[in-house]
Amino acid sequence: MMDLRDLYQDIILDHGRHPRNFGPLPDPSHLAHGHNPLCGDTVTIFVRLRDDRIAEVSFEGKGCAISTASASLMTEVMLNKTLAEAQALFAHFHTLATGGATGGLTGGAPGLPPGLEEEGDRLEPLAGVKAYPARVKCATLAWHTLEAAVRGGGTVVKTE
Amino acid sequence: MSVLIQERPMVARADGGAFDPVVIRRQFPVFERNPGLVFLDTAASAQKPAAVIDGLAEYYRTDYANVHRGVYGLSARSTARFEAARERVARFLNAADASEIVFVRGATEGINLVAQAWGLAFLKPGDQVLVSELEHHSNIVPWQMLRDRLGIELVVAPIDAGGGLDLEAFAHLLTPRTKLVAMTHVANVTGGLVPVERVVDLAHACGAKVLLDGCQAVPRLPVDVRALDCDFYVFSGHKCYGPTGIGVLYAKRAVLDAMPPWQGGGDMIRTVTFAKTTYQDAPQRFEAGTPDIAGAIGLGLALDFMDGLGMAAIRDHEAALTDHARDALLAVPGVTLIGADGPGLGVVSFQVDGIHPHDLATIFDRHDVAIRAGHHCAQPLMDRLGVVATARASFGVYSDEDDVAALVAAVRAAQRLFGLTSAR
Ligand SMILES: Cc1ncc(COP(=O)(O)O)c(C=O)c1O
Repeated sequence: MMDLRDLYQDIILDHGRHPRNFGPLPDPSHLAHGHNPLCGDTVTIFVRLRDDRIAEVSFEGKGCAISTASASLMTEVMLNKTLAEAQALFAHFHTLATGGATGGLTGGAPGLPPGLEEEGDRLEPLAGVKAYPARVKCATLAWHTLEAAVRGGGTVVKTE
Repeated sequence: MSVLIQERPMVARADGGAFDPVVIRRQFPVFERNPGLVFLDTAASAQKPAAVIDGLAEYYRTDYANVHRGVYGLSARSTARFEAARERVARFLNAADASEIVFVRGATEGINLVAQAWGLAFLKPGDQVLVSELEHHSNIVPWQMLRDRLGIELVVAPIDAGGGLDLEAFAHLLTPRTKLVAMTHVANVTGGLVPVERVVDLAHACGAKVLLDGCQAVPRLPVDVRALDCDFYVFSGHKCYGPTGIGVLYAKRAVLDAMPPWQGGGDMIRTVTFAKTTYQDAPQRFEAGTPDIAGAIGLGLALDFMDGLGMAAIRDHEAALTDHARDALLAVPGVTLIGADGPGLGVVSFQVDGIHPHDLATIFDRHDVAIRAGHHCAQPLMDRLGVVATARASFGVYSDEDDVAALVAAVRAAQRLFGLTSAR
Protein backbone atom coordinates (compact mmCIF):
# COMPACT_ATOMS: atom_id res chain seq x y z
CA MET A 1 0.00 0.00 0.00
CA MET A 2 1.27 3.42 -0.86
CA ASP A 3 1.97 5.72 1.96
CA LEU A 4 -0.29 8.77 2.11
CA ARG A 5 2.87 10.80 2.51
CA ASP A 6 3.81 9.98 -1.09
CA LEU A 7 0.77 11.95 -2.13
CA TYR A 8 0.60 14.52 0.63
CA GLN A 9 4.25 15.54 0.72
CA ASP A 10 5.14 18.61 2.72
CA ILE A 11 5.56 20.68 -0.40
CA ILE A 12 2.04 19.72 -1.55
CA LEU A 13 0.53 20.55 1.82
CA ASP A 14 2.41 23.82 1.88
CA HIS A 15 1.29 24.91 -1.58
CA GLY A 16 -2.22 23.64 -0.82
CA ARG A 17 -2.43 25.81 2.23
CA HIS A 18 -0.45 28.79 0.98
CA PRO A 19 -0.87 28.86 -2.78
CA ARG A 20 1.59 31.07 -4.68
CA ASN A 21 0.44 33.45 -7.38
CA PHE A 22 -3.09 33.26 -6.06
CA GLY A 23 -5.56 35.94 -7.10
CA PRO A 24 -6.61 37.58 -10.34
CA LEU A 25 -4.24 39.44 -12.65
CA PRO A 26 -5.48 42.85 -13.66
CA ASP A 27 -5.98 42.98 -17.43
CA PRO A 28 -4.74 39.53 -18.33
CA SER A 29 -4.09 38.92 -22.00
CA HIS A 30 -5.42 35.38 -21.64
CA LEU A 31 -7.81 33.76 -19.21
CA ALA A 32 -9.72 30.50 -18.91
CA HIS A 33 -12.07 28.86 -16.44
CA GLY A 34 -11.72 25.23 -15.49
CA HIS A 35 -14.31 23.11 -13.79
CA ASN A 36 -14.39 19.58 -12.51
CA PRO A 37 -18.07 18.62 -12.66
CA LEU A 38 -17.46 15.53 -10.56
CA CYS A 39 -16.48 17.44 -7.46
CA GLY A 40 -17.53 20.98 -8.28
CA ASP A 41 -13.97 22.32 -8.04
CA THR A 42 -13.28 25.42 -10.09
CA VAL A 43 -10.17 27.27 -11.20
CA THR A 44 -9.51 30.40 -13.20
CA ILE A 45 -6.12 30.94 -14.80
CA PHE A 46 -4.88 34.43 -15.66
CA VAL A 47 -1.98 34.95 -18.06
CA ARG A 48 -0.17 37.92 -19.51
CA LEU A 49 1.72 36.89 -22.62
CA ARG A 50 4.48 39.12 -23.89
CA ASP A 51 6.25 38.15 -27.12
CA ASP A 52 5.20 34.50 -26.80
CA ARG A 53 6.47 34.40 -23.27
CA ILE A 54 4.42 33.93 -20.09
CA ALA A 55 5.28 37.21 -18.43
CA GLU A 56 2.76 36.81 -15.64
CA VAL A 57 0.51 33.99 -14.51
CA SER A 58 -1.83 33.52 -11.59
CA PHE A 59 -4.86 31.49 -10.55
CA GLU A 60 -7.92 31.62 -8.42
CA GLY A 61 -10.41 28.98 -7.39
CA LYS A 62 -11.74 26.50 -4.92
CA GLY A 63 -10.29 23.07 -4.73
CA CYS A 64 -8.65 20.34 -2.76
CA ALA A 65 -5.03 20.34 -1.61
CA ILE A 66 -3.96 18.45 -4.72
CA SER A 67 -5.60 20.76 -7.23
CA THR A 68 -4.53 23.89 -5.38
CA ALA A 69 -0.92 22.73 -4.98
CA SER A 70 -0.79 21.63 -8.58
CA ALA A 71 -2.03 25.01 -9.78
CA SER A 72 0.35 26.81 -7.47
CA LEU A 73 3.41 24.83 -8.56
CA MET A 74 2.36 25.21 -12.16
CA THR A 75 2.29 28.99 -11.94
CA GLU A 76 5.78 28.92 -10.45
CA VAL A 77 7.34 26.77 -13.14
CA MET A 78 5.51 28.51 -16.00
CA LEU A 79 6.66 31.99 -15.16
CA ASN A 80 8.85 33.48 -17.93
CA LYS A 81 8.58 30.39 -20.10
CA THR A 82 8.12 30.60 -23.84
CA LEU A 83 5.04 28.94 -25.27
CA ALA A 84 7.23 26.17 -26.64
CA GLU A 85 8.71 25.56 -23.22
CA ALA A 86 5.24 25.65 -21.68
CA GLN A 87 4.13 23.02 -24.17
CA ALA A 88 7.01 20.78 -23.16
CA LEU A 89 6.09 21.22 -19.50
CA PHE A 90 2.44 20.37 -20.20
CA ALA A 91 3.48 17.15 -21.86
CA HIS A 92 5.92 16.36 -19.12
CA PHE A 93 3.38 16.98 -16.40
CA HIS A 94 0.77 14.88 -18.12
CA THR A 95 3.05 11.86 -18.13
CA LEU A 96 4.13 12.57 -14.60
CA ALA A 97 0.60 12.70 -13.22
CA THR A 98 -0.95 9.92 -15.23
CA GLY A 99 2.00 7.54 -15.29
CA GLY A 100 1.98 7.58 -19.09
CA ALA A 101 4.40 5.54 -21.14
CA THR A 102 7.33 7.92 -21.32
CA GLY A 103 7.45 9.33 -17.84
CA GLY A 104 6.95 8.72 -14.20
CA LEU A 105 10.63 8.19 -13.43
CA THR A 106 11.95 10.00 -10.44
CA GLY A 107 14.54 12.74 -10.57
CA GLY A 108 15.19 13.43 -14.21
CA ALA A 109 12.62 14.57 -16.66
CA PRO A 110 12.45 12.35 -19.69
CA GLY A 111 11.35 14.23 -22.74
CA LEU A 112 12.05 17.64 -21.28
CA PRO A 113 14.30 19.81 -23.39
CA PRO A 114 17.58 20.94 -21.86
CA GLY A 115 17.20 23.83 -19.51
CA LEU A 116 13.94 22.66 -17.98
CA GLU A 117 15.34 19.97 -15.68
CA GLU A 118 14.94 22.14 -12.64
CA GLU A 119 11.27 22.74 -13.44
CA GLY A 120 10.84 19.01 -13.88
CA ASP A 121 12.30 18.42 -10.46
CA ARG A 122 10.02 20.98 -8.91
CA LEU A 123 6.98 19.13 -10.26
CA GLU A 124 8.17 15.76 -9.05
CA PRO A 125 6.18 15.86 -5.78
CA LEU A 126 2.99 15.78 -7.86
CA ALA A 127 3.95 12.40 -9.29
CA GLY A 128 2.43 10.74 -6.21
CA VAL A 129 -1.02 11.36 -7.65
CA LYS A 130 -0.66 8.71 -10.32
CA ALA A 131 -1.18 6.02 -7.67
CA TYR A 132 -4.57 7.60 -6.92
CA PRO A 133 -6.55 7.36 -10.16
CA ALA A 134 -9.58 9.08 -8.63
CA ARG A 135 -7.45 12.15 -7.95
CA VAL A 136 -5.55 12.57 -11.22
CA LYS A 137 -8.17 15.00 -12.52
CA CYS A 138 -7.63 17.18 -9.48
CA ALA A 139 -3.97 17.55 -10.41
CA THR A 140 -4.52 18.11 -14.12
CA LEU A 141 -7.37 20.63 -13.96
CA ALA A 142 -5.21 23.76 -13.70
CA TRP A 143 -2.88 22.52 -16.44
CA HIS A 144 -5.67 21.88 -18.93
CA THR A 145 -7.05 25.27 -18.07
CA LEU A 146 -3.73 27.06 -18.64
CA GLU A 147 -3.32 25.25 -21.92
CA ALA A 148 -6.77 26.45 -22.98
CA ALA A 149 -6.01 29.98 -21.82
CA VAL A 150 -2.85 30.42 -23.87
CA ARG A 151 -4.32 28.68 -26.86
CA GLY A 152 -7.63 30.44 -27.15
CA GLY A 153 -8.63 32.23 -24.02
CA GLY A 154 -12.10 32.63 -22.65
CA THR A 155 -12.88 28.94 -22.78
CA VAL A 156 -14.25 26.76 -20.04
CA VAL A 157 -12.36 23.56 -19.51
CA LYS A 158 -13.83 20.49 -17.88
CA THR A 159 -12.10 17.49 -16.45
CA GLU A 160 -14.34 14.63 -15.49
CA MET B 1 -40.17 17.61 14.45
CA SER B 2 -39.02 14.74 16.62
CA VAL B 3 -42.17 12.65 16.16
CA LEU B 4 -40.50 9.86 14.31
CA ILE B 5 -37.65 9.31 16.62
CA GLN B 6 -39.21 9.67 20.02
CA GLU B 7 -39.84 6.09 21.09
CA ARG B 8 -36.40 4.63 21.09
CA PRO B 9 -36.02 1.91 23.66
CA MET B 10 -33.20 -0.55 23.10
CA VAL B 11 -33.67 -1.45 19.50
CA ALA B 12 -35.58 -4.71 19.05
CA ARG B 13 -36.05 -6.68 15.86
CA ALA B 14 -39.35 -7.69 14.30
CA ASP B 15 -38.82 -11.25 15.49
CA GLY B 16 -38.18 -10.06 19.02
CA GLY B 17 -34.39 -10.55 18.95
CA ALA B 18 -31.98 -7.71 19.57
CA PHE B 19 -30.93 -5.61 16.59
CA ASP B 20 -27.23 -6.32 16.43
CA PRO B 21 -25.34 -4.86 13.47
CA VAL B 22 -22.41 -7.19 14.15
CA VAL B 23 -24.64 -10.21 13.67
CA ILE B 24 -26.44 -8.63 10.72
CA ARG B 25 -23.10 -7.88 9.05
CA ARG B 26 -22.39 -11.61 8.86
CA GLN B 27 -25.20 -11.87 6.36
CA PHE B 28 -23.28 -9.56 3.99
CA PRO B 29 -20.54 -11.45 2.14
CA VAL B 30 -18.78 -8.23 1.12
CA PHE B 31 -17.57 -7.75 4.67
CA GLU B 32 -16.16 -11.25 4.78
CA ARG B 33 -14.29 -10.65 1.51
CA ASN B 34 -13.08 -7.23 2.59
CA PRO B 35 -12.09 -7.61 6.22
CA GLY B 36 -11.53 -4.28 7.88
CA LEU B 37 -13.73 -2.39 5.46
CA VAL B 38 -15.62 0.43 7.15
CA PHE B 39 -18.37 1.06 4.63
CA LEU B 40 -20.02 4.42 5.15
CA ASP B 41 -21.52 5.03 1.71
CA THR B 42 -24.80 3.17 1.96
CA ALA B 43 -26.73 6.26 0.85
CA ALA B 44 -25.08 5.91 -2.56
CA SER B 45 -25.85 2.21 -2.68
CA ALA B 46 -26.35 -0.45 -0.03
CA GLN B 47 -24.38 -3.68 0.19
CA LYS B 48 -26.27 -6.90 -0.54
CA PRO B 49 -27.19 -9.64 1.91
CA ALA B 50 -26.56 -13.27 0.98
CA ALA B 51 -30.33 -13.79 0.81
CA VAL B 52 -30.48 -11.44 -2.18
CA ILE B 53 -27.26 -12.61 -3.87
CA ASP B 54 -28.05 -16.29 -3.49
CA GLY B 55 -31.74 -15.79 -4.21
CA LEU B 56 -30.92 -14.21 -7.56
CA ALA B 57 -28.66 -17.11 -8.51
CA GLU B 58 -31.28 -19.60 -7.37
CA TYR B 59 -33.95 -17.94 -9.48
CA TYR B 60 -31.74 -18.04 -12.57
CA ARG B 61 -30.96 -21.69 -11.86
CA THR B 62 -34.50 -22.91 -11.34
CA ASP B 63 -37.27 -20.65 -12.59
CA TYR B 64 -35.87 -18.33 -15.22
CA ALA B 65 -37.76 -17.60 -18.45
CA ASN B 66 -39.30 -14.50 -19.98
CA VAL B 67 -42.52 -13.34 -18.37
CA HIS B 68 -46.06 -12.80 -19.64
CA ARG B 69 -45.28 -14.65 -22.87
CA GLY B 70 -44.79 -18.37 -22.62
CA VAL B 71 -47.50 -20.94 -22.03
CA TYR B 72 -44.95 -23.44 -20.80
CA GLY B 73 -44.51 -24.13 -17.13
CA LEU B 74 -41.17 -22.43 -16.70
CA SER B 75 -42.46 -19.13 -18.03
CA ALA B 76 -45.55 -19.43 -15.88
CA ARG B 77 -43.38 -19.95 -12.80
CA SER B 78 -41.18 -17.02 -13.73
CA THR B 79 -44.23 -14.82 -14.28
CA ALA B 80 -45.70 -15.89 -10.97
CA ARG B 81 -42.49 -14.98 -9.17
CA PHE B 82 -42.24 -11.64 -10.95
CA GLU B 83 -45.83 -10.77 -10.09
CA ALA B 84 -45.35 -12.02 -6.53
CA ALA B 85 -42.51 -9.49 -6.25
CA ARG B 86 -44.93 -6.79 -7.32
CA GLU B 87 -47.33 -7.88 -4.58
CA ARG B 88 -44.44 -7.93 -2.15
CA VAL B 89 -43.64 -4.31 -2.95
CA ALA B 90 -47.30 -3.35 -2.65
CA ARG B 91 -47.48 -4.95 0.79
CA PHE B 92 -44.22 -3.31 1.84
CA LEU B 93 -45.51 0.16 0.95
CA ASN B 94 -49.06 -0.68 2.08
CA ALA B 95 -50.38 0.18 -1.38
CA ALA B 96 -54.03 -0.62 -1.97
CA ASP B 97 -53.27 -2.96 -4.85
CA ALA B 98 -50.32 -4.52 -6.68
CA SER B 99 -51.50 -2.84 -9.89
CA GLU B 100 -50.31 0.44 -8.36
CA ILE B 101 -46.70 -0.77 -8.50
CA VAL B 102 -44.78 -0.04 -11.71
CA PHE B 103 -41.33 -1.56 -12.02
CA VAL B 104 -38.74 0.87 -13.35
CA ARG B 105 -34.95 1.04 -13.45
CA GLY B 106 -34.76 3.16 -10.35
CA ALA B 107 -36.01 6.36 -8.78
CA THR B 108 -34.56 8.39 -11.63
CA GLU B 109 -36.58 6.51 -14.21
CA GLY B 110 -39.67 6.65 -12.00
CA ILE B 111 -39.51 10.44 -11.82
CA ASN B 112 -38.88 10.72 -15.55
CA LEU B 113 -41.85 8.45 -16.17
CA VAL B 114 -44.11 10.75 -14.16
CA ALA B 115 -42.72 13.81 -15.93
CA GLN B 116 -43.13 12.30 -19.38
CA ALA B 117 -46.39 10.43 -19.00
CA TRP B 118 -48.33 12.40 -16.41
CA GLY B 119 -46.63 15.76 -16.95
CA LEU B 120 -46.94 15.89 -20.73
CA ALA B 121 -50.60 14.85 -20.53
CA PHE B 122 -51.80 17.06 -17.71
CA LEU B 123 -49.58 20.14 -17.44
CA LYS B 124 -50.20 23.32 -19.41
CA PRO B 125 -48.10 26.45 -19.89
CA GLY B 126 -48.11 28.50 -16.71
CA ASP B 127 -48.69 25.50 -14.44
CA GLN B 128 -46.17 25.09 -11.64
CA VAL B 129 -44.15 22.19 -10.33
CA LEU B 130 -42.90 22.85 -6.81
CA VAL B 131 -39.70 21.17 -5.60
CA SER B 132 -37.40 21.94 -2.66
CA GLU B 133 -33.79 23.01 -2.34
CA LEU B 134 -33.01 19.62 -0.85
CA GLU B 135 -33.56 17.70 -4.05
CA HIS B 136 -31.24 15.29 -5.80
CA HIS B 137 -30.60 16.22 -9.43
CA SER B 138 -32.95 13.43 -10.46
CA ASN B 139 -35.86 15.36 -8.95
CA ILE B 140 -34.82 18.63 -10.59
CA VAL B 141 -33.64 17.95 -14.12
CA PRO B 142 -36.71 16.03 -15.38
CA TRP B 143 -38.89 18.98 -14.33
CA GLN B 144 -36.55 21.47 -15.99
CA MET B 145 -36.73 19.48 -19.20
CA LEU B 146 -40.52 19.53 -18.94
CA ARG B 147 -40.43 23.25 -18.21
CA ASP B 148 -38.41 23.95 -21.34
CA ARG B 149 -40.71 21.77 -23.40
CA LEU B 150 -44.10 22.86 -22.04
CA GLY B 151 -43.57 26.35 -20.71
CA ILE B 152 -44.45 25.34 -17.15
CA GLU B 153 -42.71 26.93 -14.19
CA LEU B 154 -40.35 25.25 -11.74
CA VAL B 155 -40.74 26.74 -8.28
CA VAL B 156 -38.30 25.99 -5.48
CA ALA B 157 -39.23 25.86 -1.79
CA PRO B 158 -36.30 27.04 0.35
CA ILE B 159 -34.65 25.42 3.32
CA ASP B 160 -34.51 27.17 6.67
CA ALA B 161 -31.40 28.19 8.60
CA GLY B 162 -31.15 24.71 10.10
CA GLY B 163 -31.06 23.02 6.71
CA GLY B 164 -34.58 21.57 6.80
CA LEU B 165 -37.52 22.37 4.57
CA ASP B 166 -38.99 25.77 5.46
CA LEU B 167 -42.58 24.61 5.82
CA GLU B 168 -43.99 28.09 6.16
CA ALA B 169 -42.28 29.29 3.00
CA PHE B 170 -43.43 26.13 1.28
CA ALA B 171 -47.04 26.81 2.26
CA HIS B 172 -46.77 30.33 0.86
CA LEU B 173 -45.50 29.08 -2.48
CA LEU B 174 -48.51 26.83 -3.00
CA THR B 175 -51.01 28.42 -5.36
CA PRO B 176 -53.85 27.17 -7.53
CA ARG B 177 -51.25 27.02 -10.31
CA THR B 178 -49.24 24.43 -8.37
CA LYS B 179 -50.12 21.17 -10.06
CA LEU B 180 -47.41 18.96 -8.60
CA VAL B 181 -45.22 19.00 -5.52
CA ALA B 182 -42.15 16.80 -6.04
CA MET B 183 -40.09 16.37 -2.91
CA THR B 184 -37.63 14.12 -1.19
CA HIS B 185 -38.72 12.18 1.90
CA VAL B 186 -35.27 11.99 3.48
CA ALA B 187 -32.60 14.35 2.07
CA ASN B 188 -29.62 12.53 0.58
CA VAL B 189 -27.06 15.19 1.52
CA THR B 190 -28.09 15.91 5.10
CA GLY B 191 -30.17 12.91 6.14
CA GLY B 192 -32.85 15.43 7.13
CA LEU B 193 -36.33 14.06 7.51
CA VAL B 194 -38.85 16.13 5.57
CA PRO B 195 -42.27 16.50 7.23
CA VAL B 196 -43.93 14.89 4.24
CA GLU B 197 -47.28 14.37 6.01
CA ARG B 198 -47.65 18.14 6.28
CA VAL B 199 -46.37 18.63 2.75
CA VAL B 200 -49.01 16.26 1.37
CA ASP B 201 -51.82 17.86 3.39
CA LEU B 202 -50.90 21.38 2.34
CA ALA B 203 -50.42 20.40 -1.30
CA HIS B 204 -53.69 18.51 -1.50
CA ALA B 205 -55.52 21.41 0.08
CA CYS B 206 -54.36 23.40 -2.96
CA GLY B 207 -55.37 20.72 -5.39
CA ALA B 208 -51.78 19.74 -6.25
CA LYS B 209 -50.61 16.17 -6.62
CA VAL B 210 -47.57 15.00 -4.67
CA LEU B 211 -44.60 12.92 -5.74
CA LEU B 212 -42.28 11.78 -2.96
CA ASP B 213 -38.71 10.63 -3.64
CA GLY B 214 -38.23 7.80 -1.17
CA CYS B 215 -34.68 6.79 -2.16
CA GLN B 216 -33.23 7.47 1.28
CA ALA B 217 -36.45 6.80 3.20
CA VAL B 218 -37.44 3.30 2.08
CA PRO B 219 -34.21 1.74 3.41
CA ARG B 220 -34.57 3.58 6.70
CA LEU B 221 -38.12 3.87 7.99
CA PRO B 222 -41.55 2.31 7.62
CA VAL B 223 -43.29 3.83 4.60
CA ASP B 224 -47.06 3.64 4.25
CA VAL B 225 -48.17 5.28 1.03
CA ARG B 226 -51.82 5.10 1.99
CA ALA B 227 -51.23 6.81 5.31
CA LEU B 228 -49.07 9.40 3.52
CA ASP B 229 -51.79 9.76 0.88
CA CYS B 230 -49.14 10.77 -1.69
CA ASP B 231 -50.06 10.38 -5.36
CA PHE B 232 -46.66 9.12 -6.50
CA TYR B 233 -43.81 7.51 -4.56
CA VAL B 234 -40.50 6.39 -6.09
CA PHE B 235 -37.50 4.50 -4.79
CA SER B 236 -34.48 2.52 -6.00
CA GLY B 237 -33.93 -1.14 -5.17
CA HIS B 238 -30.15 -0.85 -4.90
CA LYS B 239 -30.35 1.56 -1.98
CA CYS B 240 -32.45 -0.86 0.07
CA TYR B 241 -30.19 -3.92 -0.14
CA GLY B 242 -31.62 -5.09 -3.47
CA PRO B 243 -30.05 -5.38 -6.94
CA THR B 244 -29.17 -2.49 -9.23
CA GLY B 245 -31.36 -1.85 -12.23
CA ILE B 246 -34.69 -2.14 -10.46
CA GLY B 247 -36.85 0.46 -8.79
CA VAL B 248 -40.44 1.26 -8.11
CA LEU B 249 -42.96 3.88 -9.07
CA TYR B 250 -46.03 3.69 -6.88
CA ALA B 251 -49.02 5.72 -8.04
CA LYS B 252 -52.63 5.75 -6.97
CA ARG B 253 -54.65 3.55 -9.24
CA ALA B 254 -56.89 6.38 -10.46
CA VAL B 255 -53.85 8.47 -11.31
CA LEU B 256 -52.19 5.62 -13.22
CA ASP B 257 -55.43 4.84 -15.07
CA ALA B 258 -55.60 8.40 -16.35
CA MET B 259 -51.99 8.43 -17.57
CA PRO B 260 -51.12 7.68 -21.18
CA PRO B 261 -48.29 5.24 -21.88
CA TRP B 262 -44.71 6.37 -21.75
CA GLN B 263 -42.52 4.07 -23.80
CA GLY B 264 -43.97 1.85 -26.51
CA GLY B 265 -43.11 -1.77 -27.18
CA GLY B 266 -43.94 -5.29 -26.21
CA ASP B 267 -45.83 -6.18 -23.03
CA MET B 268 -47.56 -2.80 -22.80
CA ILE B 269 -49.99 -3.42 -25.66
CA ARG B 270 -53.27 -5.24 -26.00
CA THR B 271 -53.55 -5.30 -29.81
CA VAL B 272 -51.32 -3.87 -32.48
CA THR B 273 -52.10 -3.18 -36.12
CA PHE B 274 -50.21 -0.73 -38.28
CA ALA B 275 -53.26 1.49 -38.11
CA LYS B 276 -53.82 1.45 -34.38
CA THR B 277 -52.61 0.05 -31.09
CA THR B 278 -54.56 -0.42 -27.90
CA TYR B 279 -52.77 -0.50 -24.59
CA GLN B 280 -52.75 -2.63 -21.51
CA ASP B 281 -54.04 -1.38 -18.20
CA ALA B 282 -51.64 -0.18 -15.53
CA PRO B 283 -49.11 -1.26 -14.48
CA GLN B 284 -48.24 -3.22 -17.67
CA ARG B 285 -48.99 -0.14 -19.77
CA PHE B 286 -45.88 1.47 -18.27
CA GLU B 287 -43.60 -1.53 -18.59
CA ALA B 288 -42.68 -1.74 -22.25
CA GLY B 289 -40.28 -4.52 -23.16
CA THR B 290 -38.80 -7.33 -21.13
CA PRO B 291 -38.51 -6.06 -17.58
CA ASP B 292 -35.69 -6.66 -15.13
CA ILE B 293 -37.34 -9.86 -13.95
CA ALA B 294 -34.53 -11.02 -11.70
CA GLY B 295 -34.15 -7.51 -10.35
CA ALA B 296 -37.78 -7.41 -9.27
CA ILE B 297 -37.48 -10.81 -7.62
CA GLY B 298 -34.26 -9.73 -5.92
CA LEU B 299 -35.96 -6.58 -4.71
CA GLY B 300 -38.70 -8.71 -3.19
CA LEU B 301 -36.02 -10.67 -1.34
CA ALA B 302 -34.42 -7.45 -0.11
CA LEU B 303 -37.76 -6.27 1.24
CA ASP B 304 -38.18 -9.66 2.97
CA PHE B 305 -34.76 -9.12 4.48
CA MET B 306 -35.63 -5.66 5.79
CA ASP B 307 -39.01 -6.76 7.08
CA GLY B 308 -37.28 -9.62 8.86
CA LEU B 309 -35.27 -7.06 10.81
CA GLY B 310 -38.32 -4.87 11.16
CA MET B 311 -38.59 -1.42 9.64
CA ALA B 312 -39.33 0.18 12.99
CA ALA B 313 -36.18 -1.38 14.41
CA ILE B 314 -34.18 -0.26 11.37
CA ARG B 315 -35.48 3.29 11.80
CA ASP B 316 -34.54 3.31 15.49
CA HIS B 317 -31.10 1.93 14.67
CA GLU B 318 -30.48 4.52 11.93
CA ALA B 319 -31.74 7.38 14.09
CA ALA B 320 -29.66 6.35 17.09
CA LEU B 321 -26.51 5.85 15.03
CA THR B 322 -27.01 9.17 13.24
CA ASP B 323 -27.35 10.99 16.56
CA HIS B 324 -24.29 9.21 17.85
CA ALA B 325 -22.26 10.07 14.73
CA ARG B 326 -23.29 13.72 14.90
CA ASP B 327 -22.18 13.90 18.54
CA ALA B 328 -18.94 12.03 17.90
CA LEU B 329 -17.99 14.23 14.93
CA LEU B 330 -18.91 17.44 16.70
CA ALA B 331 -16.63 16.47 19.56
CA VAL B 332 -13.67 16.75 17.18
CA PRO B 333 -12.33 20.32 17.03
CA GLY B 334 -12.54 21.71 13.52
CA VAL B 335 -15.50 19.60 12.41
CA THR B 336 -18.73 21.26 11.26
CA LEU B 337 -21.95 19.41 10.48
CA ILE B 338 -23.96 20.44 7.43
CA GLY B 339 -27.72 20.77 7.72
CA ALA B 340 -27.95 18.78 10.91
CA ASP B 341 -30.30 20.82 13.09
CA GLY B 342 -33.40 18.69 12.64
CA PRO B 343 -33.89 14.95 13.04
CA GLY B 344 -31.61 12.99 10.75
CA LEU B 345 -31.75 9.50 9.44
CA GLY B 346 -28.76 7.54 8.26
CA VAL B 347 -26.72 10.35 6.70
CA VAL B 348 -24.26 12.86 8.14
CA SER B 349 -22.62 15.55 6.01
CA PHE B 350 -19.66 17.38 7.44
CA GLN B 351 -16.62 19.48 6.77
CA VAL B 352 -13.24 19.64 8.47
CA ASP B 353 -11.54 23.02 8.70
CA GLY B 354 -8.54 23.24 6.43
CA ILE B 355 -9.12 19.95 4.61
CA HIS B 356 -11.10 19.67 1.41
CA PRO B 357 -13.64 16.80 1.38
CA HIS B 358 -11.80 15.11 -1.50
CA ASP B 359 -8.60 15.02 0.46
CA LEU B 360 -10.54 13.62 3.41
CA ALA B 361 -12.03 10.86 1.27
CA THR B 362 -8.60 9.89 -0.08
CA ILE B 363 -7.06 9.85 3.37
CA PHE B 364 -10.02 7.93 4.82
CA ASP B 365 -9.71 5.37 2.06
CA ARG B 366 -6.17 4.62 3.19
CA HIS B 367 -7.71 3.84 6.57
CA ASP B 368 -10.26 1.60 4.86
CA VAL B 369 -13.05 4.04 5.63
CA ALA B 370 -15.27 4.49 2.57
CA ILE B 371 -17.17 7.77 2.50
CA ARG B 372 -18.46 10.00 -0.24
CA ALA B 373 -17.04 13.44 -1.00
CA GLY B 374 -18.50 15.89 -3.45
CA HIS B 375 -21.79 17.54 -4.27
CA HIS B 376 -23.84 14.34 -3.92
CA CYS B 377 -25.86 15.15 -7.04
CA ALA B 378 -27.35 18.14 -5.28
CA GLN B 379 -25.46 21.16 -6.64
CA PRO B 380 -28.31 23.63 -6.01
CA LEU B 381 -28.29 22.62 -2.34
CA MET B 382 -24.49 23.00 -2.20
CA ASP B 383 -24.84 26.51 -3.65
CA ARG B 384 -27.51 27.32 -1.10
CA LEU B 385 -25.36 26.04 1.75
CA GLY B 386 -22.42 27.98 0.37
CA VAL B 387 -20.14 24.98 0.01
CA VAL B 388 -18.53 23.34 -3.01
CA ALA B 389 -18.51 19.89 -1.52
CA THR B 390 -19.09 18.01 1.69
CA ALA B 391 -17.86 14.76 3.16
CA ARG B 392 -20.76 12.41 3.73
CA ALA B 393 -20.94 9.33 5.91
CA SER B 394 -24.06 7.20 5.62
CA PHE B 395 -25.22 4.11 7.44
CA GLY B 396 -27.01 0.86 6.89
CA VAL B 397 -28.28 -2.03 8.98
CA TYR B 398 -24.71 -3.36 9.22
CA SER B 399 -23.22 -0.08 10.51
CA ASP B 400 -22.47 0.44 14.17
CA GLU B 401 -20.64 2.63 16.65
CA ASP B 402 -17.33 0.97 15.79
CA ASP B 403 -17.72 2.34 12.27
CA VAL B 404 -18.30 5.79 13.72
CA ALA B 405 -15.21 5.39 15.90
CA ALA B 406 -13.19 4.48 12.81
CA LEU B 407 -14.59 7.54 11.04
CA VAL B 408 -13.61 9.82 13.89
CA ALA B 409 -10.14 8.25 14.04
CA ALA B 410 -9.78 8.87 10.33
CA VAL B 411 -10.74 12.52 10.76
CA ARG B 412 -8.08 12.88 13.42
CA ALA B 413 -5.51 11.12 11.25
CA ALA B 414 -6.29 13.53 8.40
CA GLN B 415 -5.87 16.48 10.72
CA ARG B 416 -2.51 15.12 11.86
CA LEU B 417 -1.37 14.57 8.29
CA PHE B 418 -2.33 18.14 7.44
CA GLY B 419 -0.64 19.43 10.59
CA LEU B 420 -3.89 20.76 12.01
CA THR B 421 -3.92 19.22 15.47
CA SER B 422 -1.77 21.64 17.41
CA ALA B 423 -3.02 24.04 20.08
CA ARG B 424 -6.61 22.84 20.23
C1 LIG C 1 -32.75 11.29 -2.71
C2 LIG C 1 -32.34 10.59 -3.97
N1 LIG C 1 -33.11 10.69 -5.06
C3 LIG C 1 -32.80 10.07 -6.21
C4 LIG C 1 -31.66 9.31 -6.34
C5 LIG C 1 -31.37 8.66 -7.64
O1 LIG C 1 -31.44 7.29 -7.52
P1 LIG C 1 -31.04 6.34 -8.74
O2 LIG C 1 -29.71 6.82 -9.23
O3 LIG C 1 -30.99 4.98 -8.14
O4 LIG C 1 -32.11 6.46 -9.77
C6 LIG C 1 -30.82 9.20 -5.24
C7 LIG C 1 -29.57 8.41 -5.31
O5 LIG C 1 -28.50 8.84 -5.56
C8 LIG C 1 -31.16 9.85 -4.03
O6 LIG C 1 -30.38 9.76 -2.94
